[in-house]
Amino acid sequence: MSKTETGEACAPKPRFNLITAIKDLGVARLIILAFVVLLFVVAYAKGLGIQGLISDSIVRVGMNGVLILSMLPAVVCGVGMNFGLPLGILSGLLGGILTINMNLTGWTGFLTALLISVPIAVIVGLLYHMVLDKVRGEEMMVGTYLAYAAVFGMSIFWMLAPIKNPKLIFAVGGKGLRYTISMTDTFGKVLNNFLAFRIGSITVPTGLILFWLLLCLLVYLFLRSKTGLAMLATGSNPAYAVSSGINVGNMKRIGVVMSTVLGAVGIIVFAQSYGFMQLYTAPQTAAFPAIAAILIGGASLRKASISNVIIGAILFQTLLTVAPPVTQALMEGSEISEIARVMISNGMILYALTRATGGR
Amino acid sequence: MADDRLSTVPTEARKGHRRGSLSQYAVPIFFTVLCVASIIVSDLDINYLIGELLSRMGRNLFIVLSLLIPVTAGIGLNFGIVVGAMSGQIALIIITFMQLKGLGGFLAAMAISVPISTLLGYIVGSVFNRAKGREMITGMIMGFFANGVYQLLFLMLIGTLIPVNMNSPVAKQIMLSNGVGLRNTVDLTSIYYSLDNVFARLFNWNGIIWTDTFGPWRVPLGAFFMSFLLCLFIVFIMKTKKGQDFRAIGQDMAIAEVSGIKVDKVRITAVIYSTVLAAWGQLIFLQNLGSLNTFNAHEQVGMFSVAALLVGGASVKKASIWNAIVGVILFHTLFVVSPLAGQKLFGEPQIGEWFRQLISYSVIAAALAMHAIQSRKKH
Repeated sequence: MSKTETGEACAPKPRFNLITAIKDLGVARLIILAFVVLLFVVAYAKGLGIQGLISDSIVRVGMNGVLILSMLPAVVCGVGMNFGLPLGILSGLLGGILTINMNLTGWTGFLTALLISVPIAVIVGLLYHMVLDKVRGEEMMVGTYLAYAAVFGMSIFWMLAPIKNPKLIFAVGGKGLRYTISMTDTFGKVLNNFLAFRIGSITVPTGLILFWLLLCLLVYLFLRSKTGLAMLATGSNPAYAVSSGINVGNMKRIGVVMSTVLGAVGIIVFAQSYGFMQLYTAPQTAAFPAIAAILIGGASLRKASISNVIIGAILFQTLLTVAPPVTQALMEGSEISEIARVMISNGMILYALTRATGGR
Repeated sequence: MADDRLSTVPTEARKGHRRGSLSQYAVPIFFTVLCVASIIVSDLDINYLIGELLSRMGRNLFIVLSLLIPVTAGIGLNFGIVVGAMSGQIALIIITFMQLKGLGGFLAAMAISVPISTLLGYIVGSVFNRAKGREMITGMIMGFFANGVYQLLFLMLIGTLIPVNMNSPVAKQIMLSNGVGLRNTVDLTSIYYSLDNVFARLFNWNGIIWTDTFGPWRVPLGAFFMSFLLCLFIVFIMKTKKGQDFRAIGQDMAIAEVSGIKVDKVRITAVIYSTVLAAWGQLIFLQNLGSLNTFNAHEQVGMFSVAALLVGGASVKKASIWNAIVGVILFHTLFVVSPLAGQKLFGEPQIGEWFRQLISYSVIAAALAMHAIQSRKKH
């Protein structure tokens, strides 16, 4: 994918070798894959509805997919994981709120939400990049806390926003946006229901999956373009990029803006699938599961590809969907799946942090 | 040896430092203004505020001080103190099971927490060594991860892998009724105020009563005394060989390595100190509260302590005892006052609360950004 990989491909390729195949897939991924399979086996043995679990998993993958994809441009351009994802999410939420305030429904609503939030996200992304550019080496930490601050700043905004639409504000008091805003009568499930079909009792939310894969394809094609290749070079070897005449700062700007925009699009996709828009402190920790997912897909802090996004989204989200009902069936009232989620996602991030080599 | 090295610091860098210290005063001044404004707006009874501040100082100063050594050693703000706080809580749960009470129980908890926090501190330090330059984010994620392990221990393993006699009255009180996992709150009345009013209890003889109530305020003298001892300890250790090592690697890891300091080992030592002290700090905090919020008490410790230290004018590279003291006063004044100010200004206490969070997160972000900008200028 990147320059180093094409370099490896030039070496004489050995025939199929189990060890290298496993290495390519990654031990962490294999373990989690095995775990997911095990969960499905247990679910089958316990008589849980496998088909229901599968359709839930598909929905969860599609719903979180764009948020996970948003990590890719940031990693590729060399900024590292975008811990400032909530900034993009807040832009998306703002677009969504304004759309619902205009009483737009269905596809019009969904597209308007995108149309409003993308320019906001571009501006936010540009500002965010200006900060990140100054704090090279501390991007992750500064991003995290900047995003936290923004979440609380926006919390104050949600409470004081001059919006009077009864769909959005608290039933009593006459001001302040609600904590969760139902989207069932606006543009909830627009993507999910688009061309949806059923196989047996598995429902496939075609629109949702297609939209995610379409965005993945667009990012993939972008990374193949001239700008995209320049961005890859910036991320993998800044000195080389500079010497070959690439405007490194510009590439990073594009990466950060893309990541923020995808975050905004991602939360709109998420919200329409979930059926609710969650405001206030809900976006605060949104970056961590997305980061964990792309890492589980095989990315590192300095290197990631579309396949990492897709594999990570499928593995991690399936795991998160299947684990709670299965463990619940095994151990009554146990919280093991929640604990496992915390440990797996943070363990993955921790592992990546201790392994990322290379200078800063 | 260290002095030689100091004199070789280029003047450029020194100038940068001076500029840094100028901007360091900006943050405390800004917060003082903010606090005074909030106090005026909220129309608060000043006696209540001072009383509240005194107890919060006693409660929090120790754990904020525990951040100082890693800063000196160049590790930055040790978000891994969450792990230390957890070991303190583990010790508290152990003494609750052992039914130890009063000051004896508190001291036992301190003793029990030492091996636990030393071991965990060693692990945290080793992980930090593998993530040099990214210690802070690693520490933060480490806290989240450790939280998972902690929950695993006290929700799943206790009562299953760790046998508990459910017939004993203690177990009935703190375990969930099905015999697996702890309750959400553990009552700590047995050690409530055991340290805070230790002087009032120990020196209560022959009619001369040492009181810890001064005018309208109740002062947790014991906790203050502990924090004072810790200050002395920090001043002392900085004068020893160990302290020199901390400072040397804080200044430049490569030079320290060349001059024969085992950098990785010293860094681990610094983290262990910090973790053990954080465990004790959490014990002091909880004996003042009198109840343990089993699964949440430690979560915010890292963020609050770091924010307090930074509000006091510290930076990622430089933090003093005074930064900690000033920071705790300012941060906690804002803590007490901001919901009231929010209520008065917007008729909504939540807004004050969010505003406080907005400010404290911004301060952390700004401090980290300033640090990054300065260290970039140097290179």
